[in-house]
Amino acid sequence: MQMRRRMLILTLTIVTTCVTVAGGEVRGAGWSAAQPAQQDEFVPIDELPPEDQLPAAPLLVAAYAFAWVAIFGYLWSIWRRLTKVEQELAELARRAAER
Amino acid sequence: MTRRLFGPLIAVATLLFAGAPVLIAWAPYESTMGLVQKIFYFHVASWVMMFLSAFVCGVASAVFLFKGRVAADRVAAAAAELAVIFGLIGLVTGPLWARKAWGVWWQWDARLTMALVLWMIFTAYLLLREYGGSGSEKLAAGVALFGLANVPFVYWSVNVWRTIHPTTNVVPTLVPGMAGALWWSLVAFLLLYTAAMMARVRLEGQRAALDQLYRDLDDWGGQPHNEG
Repeated sequence: MQMRRRMLILTLTIVTTCVTVAGGEVRGAGWSAAQPAQQDEFVPIDELPPEDQLPAAPLLVAAYAFAWVAIFGYLWSIWRRLTKVEQELAELARRAAER
Repeated sequence: MTRRLFGPLIAVATLLFAGAPVLIAWAPYESTMGLVQKIFYFHVASWVMMFLSAFVCGVASAVFLFKGRVAADRVAAAAAELAVIFGLIGLVTGPLWARKAWGVWWQWDARLTMALVLWMIFTAYLLLREYGGSGSEKLAAGVALFGLANVPFVYWSVNVWRTIHPTTNVVPTLVPGMAGALWWSLVAFLLLYTAAMMARVRLEGQRAALDQLYRDLDDWGGQPHNEG
């Protein structure tokens, strides 16, 4: 009876230890995956390779400038084409009326 | 009606466009991409207009093909030109964003490649109408149907295939500051799209009237026929 009780305590101790250690490992793995690498020096931005130094502002300005120019340039082109066709139409209508 | 609406539409659209940079500047910075993510507000709006144009062009082309309505063909021609313009804006603003966010200008993944193919279909539509000779309108209308069929594939490609492009889930989950700037841009683009569409359809109508007048003068033996 005493022996069985000891075996039960020993088994529970081993299982509890395994679960605690395994849980700690999993949590540890999770923490290390979630956390960025620890920084041990500060690097000025101009010392980075050129591809990492790329500033965002010129790209943003270029994108918006292109969109504005394309949209309003296109509207202007419609207006110009429409004016030309309507002038030609009016001229032809005038000539046809003269006949 | 068209002429009366055109002025106010352009005025409101211009005001919205002028206000857009303010709202976009106020919108929160995205955590990983920072400033460059703000290209999103015009990039998405231009692609939405591209999809709308593709839809209008495809449906109008179907009406022209199956019902023979010439007015629908004019609407299709106007929508195809707008599809190319808005698609071009999307294709230029996308790589400018990608260069900073992904480190490359272009990636041959499913979304980007299919978007390029969609744009090329509508460019082919315009080239066909311009240089295809007589009867090319019907051939172009067939091409527009392929363009329309391609739209759902482009839209869902980010959810179905493995791609570097953000998924469609980004838009419905935007925080209010970002959603406000996007909706503002979308309304500005939509008003401008409507105004441009009205003017462009009118241009097609006036060209048709001009051609008719040249034909009439030809019949009277007075003037040479204008092919342009």
